[in-house]
Parts: sequence; C-alpha cells; structure tokens
Amino acid sequence: MSTASVPLPAWINYGVIPLLNLILAFFFSGLVVWAIGENPFEALNFLIQGALGRGDAIGFTLFYATSFIFTGLSVAVAFHAGLFNIGSEGQAYVGGLGAALVALSLDHYVPWYVTMPFAVIGAALFGAAWAFIPAWLQAKRGSHIVITTIMFNFIGAALMVYLLVNVFIVPGKMAPETRTFLAGGQLPKLDWLMALFGMKLGPAPFNVSFIIALVMCYLVWLLIWRTKLGYEMRTLGVSPTAAIYAGIPYVRTVIIAMLISGGLAGMMSLNAVMGASARLQVEFVAGAGFVGIAVSLMGRSHPVGIIFAALLFGILYQGGADLSFEMPNITRDMIVVIQGLVIFFAGALEYMLRPAMVRLYQTATGK
Amino acid sequence: MSLQSSANEPAIELVGIDKKFGAVHANKNINLSVGKGSIHGIIGENGAGKSTLMSILYGFYHADEGEIRIQGKPVTIRDSQAAIAAGIGMVHQHFMLVENFTVLENVMLGAEGGQLLAKGVAGARKELKRLEKDYGLEVDPDAVIEELPVGSQQRVEILKALYRGAEILILDEPTGVLTPAEADHLFRILQVLRDQGKTIILITHKLREIMAITDTVSVMRRGEMVATRKTAETTVAELAELMVGRRVLLRVEKGDANPGPVLLSVKNLTVKDGRGVTMVDDVSFDVRAGEIVGIAGVAGNGQSELLEALAGIRKPVSGEILIDGKPVEAADPALLRQLGLAHIPEDRHHMGLVLKFEEYENSILGYHHDPRYGHGAMLDLDAIRRQAEEQIEKYDIRPPNPRLKTANFSGGNQQKIVVAREIERDPKMLLIGQPTRGVDIGAIEFIHRRIIEMRDAGKAVLLVSVELDEIRSLSDRILVMFAGKVVGEKSADADEQTLGLMMAGIAA
Repeated sequence: MSTASVPLPAWINYGVIPLLNLILAFFFSGLVVWAIGENPFEALNFLIQGALGRGDAIGFTLFYATSFIFTGLSVAVAFHAGLFNIGSEGQAYVGGLGAALVALSLDHYVPWYVTMPFAVIGAALFGAAWAFIPAWLQAKRGSHIVITTIMFNFIGAALMVYLLVNVFIVPGKMAPETRTFLAGGQLPKLDWLMALFGMKLGPAPFNVSFIIALVMCYLVWLLIWRTKLGYEMRTLGVSPTAAIYAGIPYVRTVIIAMLISGGLAGMMSLNAVMGASARLQVEFVAGAGFVGIAVSLMGRSHPVGIIFAALLFGILYQGGADLSFEMPNITRDMIVVIQGLVIFFAGALEYMLRPAMVRLYQTATGK
Repeated sequence: MSLQSSANEPAIELVGIDKKFGAVHANKNINLSVGKGSIHGIIGENGAGKSTLMSILYGFYHADEGEIRIQGKPVTIRDSQAAIAAGIGMVHQHFMLVENFTVLENVMLGAEGGQLLAKGVAGARKELKRLEKDYGLEVDPDAVIEELPVGSQQRVEILKALYRGAEILILDEPTGVLTPAEADHLFRILQVLRDQGKTIILITHKLREIMAITDTVSVMRRGEMVATRKTAETTVAELAELMVGRRVLLRVEKGDANPGPVLLSVKNLTVKDGRGVTMVDDVSFDVRAGEIVGIAGVAGNGQSELLEALAGIRKPVSGEILIDGKPVEAADPALLRQLGLAHIPEDRHHMGLVLKFEEYENSILGYHHDPRYGHGAMLDLDAIRRQAEEQIEKYDIRPPNPRLKTANFSGGNQQKIVVAREIERDPKMLLIGQPTRGVDIGAIEFIHRRIIEMRDAGKAVLLVSVELDEIRSLSDRILVMFAGKVVGEKSADADEQTLGLMMAGIAA
C-alpha cells in the first residue's frame, strides 16, 4: 500500500523485477525437478540446450515465439481497451480458414509473395469475424466478453472440425486436413536469416511470418500510442466514465478494438498453417491463444515486452520438449507445470517483489 | 517556529521533517507541535505539502529526515498499522468504506478479533454503543453504508478510527463533501471529541472553518510551515495572506454583465437518473451570451443530472435543449463540443481527467480529433506537448511537467488542467460544475477570474456549485434548484438567507 505509488525507474520495473521473477520461477521449477529425483541443473542445461543450443533448436524456438507474438498482441490490443479477450485461441483457429482458403485458391497460379498479402488479409478477416459477435454482444447487450469469447473458442473448434472432416478433407484420406499447399501457398523458411549468423535451420519451420509478426508489433505500438483510435481505446480502458465525458463512442471503440484483436489472433495461423504444415489441420493452434494471455500479461501489453515474453515461452516450449525427451522422468505434464510456474511468478505475482524493490531502491538512492 | 500550540503537553510533535519526490521538495524542515486535547488546523494551497505531511504521519510515505514524537516518545511509522498502533486515526477525503457492508461490519473490518465473527460482533456492537454515547456520534450500526447520507458515512469513518483506539485524529478536507448543516454537525462532534481529550488535526482550504473550530492553526506554503498562530489571535485576512504570500481577493471584482442573445436554452427538460428516479423535473431557462447563470441548491437536488444532460452525457427523458435556437439532436458530448459547448465536469477524477494518463494526454481529452493535434488517424505528439506546455505556463500548473502522471498532481492543479483545456478552446458556451471543489484559495481566485473573463468575452456561462458564496460572487442571475425543479430566480445581490430558504424548499 505504502509503496505502490512510488515510481521506480524503468530499468527496475521492466528489467530487474521480471528477471527476479523468472529466477524465482526457475528456482521453484528446480525444486520440482529435484523432488522427482532428477538433477535440476542438468535439466536446466537440457532445456537451454534444447531451445538455443543448435540452429534447428533456435529455429523451433523462434517458430513458437512467432505464434505467441501474434496471440500476445491480440490479447494486448483488447486489454488496452479494457477488454479481456480470452478468445484468441478460437480466433486464430478460424483465422486459419481464411489463410487456407487464400492458399488453396492461389497456390496453383502465383508465387508465395503474391499469395502472402492476400493470406494476411484473409487470416485477419476471418479472425476478426470470429471476434465480431462477442464484441457486438458486449457493446450492444453488455454480455461479458470473457464468457462469450470462451464460448466462441468451443464453437470455433466444432466448426473447424466439421469443415475439415466434411468439406476440406482430401477424398480417400483419413486425416481431417486440407490438401498440401503448393509452393505458391507456403511461406518460405528463413534459412538465409539463420545463415547470416552461421547457423543451419535444418527441419525447423521458422518462416517469413516471423517478419510479419515484427511488423505487427510496430503497427500495434503505432496504433496504441500514436493514433487517435489508440488514444480512445486507452481512455476507454482506463476510465470508462472519462470516455463518456470525452464523447468517445463506446460501441464503435469496443467493436473496432475486438476486430483488431481478432485479426491479430487470426494472423497466428499464417505461421502454423502456411509456414509450418502447409495445410490446414485440426487443432493447429495448440494452445497458442491461451499462451498469448500469459505473454501479454508478462509483456505488460507492450509490443517490446511481448516479443521478450514470446521468446521466453518459445524457449520453454521447444526446450521443454527436448527436456522431456532427454529425461523421460520429466513428462510433458511436468513441462506444463514449469510453464505454469513461470506464468505464476512473472504474471500473476508481478507485484510480489515490488515493495521490497522500492525499499531497496530508496535505501540505495538515499531517498 | 515550534510555537507550542496549546498550554497542554504536546500529543504529537514533528521535528525537522523533510521529504523530496525527485526534484519536488514537498516538505522542507517541518516543525509542528500539537497540544493534547486541542483542535489544530493546517491550511495551505494545493501542493503546499499538507497531504504529504499527513501521509508521512500515517505511514503512507517515509520522511527522508526528521522525527515524529507521540506523547513525547519518538516513534517510527512504517505503515498505517503502525500509525494505528501509535494511536493515530485518519479520516480521508474520499472515504475508505465498503459500500455494501453495514456500519458495524465496516467498523470491525481489520479488527474482527478472531476467526469466528459472533464474539467480535457482540463486542464491537457494545463498544460502538459506548462510542456513540460518549461522543454524540449517532449512526445506526445495522445501516448499509451506501444507503447513508455522506455526513453519516463520515461519522462511520470517525467511529472506525475511535474504535481502533485513536487518540489523535487527522481529518483531510472533511467538509468538502458535506452540506452546511452536516458540516455544523461535524464541528459539534469534533468539539465533543476535543473536550474528551482527543487531539484533532484538521486539514482544510476553508478559512471560515479554521476560524470557527480550531484552537491553533498552522499555515503551509510551498512545502514550508510558514506560521503557527492561536486562532483567537489571527484573522481570515492574515491567514489568507500567509497562505498565498500575497493579498487575495476573497470576492471577485467584476463589472456589469452585458447580456447578448440567448445561446443556450432549455425547455421543459426532464431527466431521470440510473435508478429511474426523476432528478430534473420540467426545467426551463435561458443562458445569454455574456452572462453567468448560477444554479444554487443543496447537493443532490438535480443539478448534477441537469449538467450531465446539457453536456450530452445523460439522455433526457423529455424536453429540449437548444443551442443558438436550434434543437440539439442527440445526446452526444462530441457533437456538443463541435457546437461550441465546453464542459468542466463536477467530478474531475472520473470524468474530467484520466488519472493514469500523463498530463499532456489529458490536455486533449474530448478534443483529440482536432486537426491541430494530428492529421488523419495519427496524433501529433509534439504539437500536443507544445500546447500542453503553453497551458501549463499560462495556468501556472505545478509541477510544470507535461510528462507527469496526472494522479501525481494536487487537486487544485488537476482542476487547472481541466479548466485550461476547456477554456483554451475558446468555446461559445461553458458548463461548469463545482469549479473549485477541493481547490485552494490561490487557484480559486485564478479560476474565478478566468470564468469572469469568459463572460466578458461574450460567452454564455452556466455555473453549478454547492458553495453559495461562489454562486453569489460569480453569477449575474441565480436560479435555485430544489427537488429537481427550478423554484425561483434571484439577482446576484440576493441575500444569503433568502437563497438559503429557497434551497431548503421553504420559500420561493
């Protein structure tokens, strides 16, 4: 209470505190690993080696991070307008339909760089469309966006399974997925980028959508802090009554914020559908939408923070997979526990260390 | 400077208290001694450091230097629990009550006495009865807070402090939210508390209150304690001068009004509040260019809803609002701004400002679509900060930093941010709600002058205030509202008693 209002310099707020949170998370994860009879230091080594040790490991880490950047931005944009969009998962899933439709229609005729802009638009449009109904219900009817977006995740999943099983499935095949896109419908890998650093990408699906993600980070920053719309969203998010006073239209702002949020979530499918598997499959989002919530929370809804948080979760995903391979005692579920601890310490307990830091800072600077 | 404020031994002493926030020196070597069983007033402009000093006393901040002594013993106050343990109770300007709890539950909160409530409840009820009897603090212990009038809510805050064994009671701007009758009631309670041996520190802007109730008074200016006086030996004029360091006009000087054509017209307006209760009932009036129309009334008689309806924030049930003779089509604040209507709202914390924003961001609130602040979809931050700096300079907003978070400005400076934004737009019509609530004398004078200047420049001004003095000194015509109706119109020289009776609904 007494320390909450004391301002700390940015390097403590955005550097030291998140780092300490992370160290704490790893410390407790280490305890868990130790408790099941494995060496925590060895485990940490496997995790880091698995995520960053080789070119293809880095490639996988960045591939996961790309998805998390998109969904993290999606959650952040809605959050700035005071909306908690839990539906990035479903919006990304339906967004995949938009990307796939573009890829399936164009891949016979044009090279990938012609397909790409249409795919970006298609993915964003479909993702936005899936966010529209919850947004409209919130804006016009006051139905809580948390509830409706969760519901739409389920509806979206059911819809996509229906479409893949009954409409898009390749005749004679058992797998519920579309045909494989030709090169004109795929996003090429960024092996040249890795080569610049003297590393080989190998089989890792790190692709052009990473660059799209970085461009979106810049555009989101521009939107939130440099445009009138962003100003209106932030006003609404922080003080709804001041927004009314300022004549900021509630219905319009809520719907636009959610459309942008849904569009960003939809773009996640570019990475998974066009960059990695080259076809639309069931369950391709694989929880990236929910990870986006943690990424946005940890990155304080700022694009730069989101990039770092997305990288961290990319490391945990890729390194975790490697770790459970190297140490069979540490199952996939244990990795989820470790991820949970990171979210817990870095996100939910964000303010736990703050009072102590304030005291320390005050003592150190003699204030 | 450490003039003993009473013949009694000091209940509390501050010795050499010093506090800086970055470059802002909020408290400079403050020495203060308050005698046991006395009422000590602290006055000063907004930003003079009163609230910082009291926050140090209550453990919200820690002093960089200096010592706090209670009953002669040095104490360290780390947090509010330590302050309570030391016998200090605080009644905040904005109440810290759980609105849907009962009085009893609020008083017990944080001092429940065990895991099961029953025993604590019985004890608390007994103790509450005793406190009520001893100090004349009648409140129904089973009433729910949100159903109580503000004056009673404040008594609950006082009860809370006493229940925790407070010997020293700090009240921060206690009358800001009270009607005159409630304020009188509060003063009687404070006198009883003093007579029972409690020590009271009263922070206020209102010199009248200082004169009416305190035994001793200290004046703060720009972080320094500039004087301490026995109240009986000083005058309002002396205190006012000490506060601002120059002579102030307690009454605004203004020439005669030159009313022009009708700019703003209200016809048979009826407005309901969120609960569906009719708050404005068939009200009609005109405001002409170049005049100030004041709306007097006890808070809660429909003035707030009237103002919100005129500003487009609340949709009227029936009736018409005309600007320049043309009916306003929609209840839309943005549209009304385009028609030349500016609005200084009653509640700057929730409406006039976004407290989490930096100052410059608030300097365009509501006007952010103006092409001066950026073309197309983009904002031109340089242009916005430049005009924010100009407003800061022109309105003497302190500290002069457009990048400071708005919440970190004092009340008076926050209000200046709103006033600067609305007046600098050069509107045709100006709606003003409680322009000087929680604002110090220096800023009051400044804001009043601006309002008169607006009138003299031919603007139509509608002023709503619960401060009758303010209405009387600024208005050219006074409308009195009671129970949602305009019960009468008086000229500016109407005497206080007549208006008071009208406000009470007794005479028209």
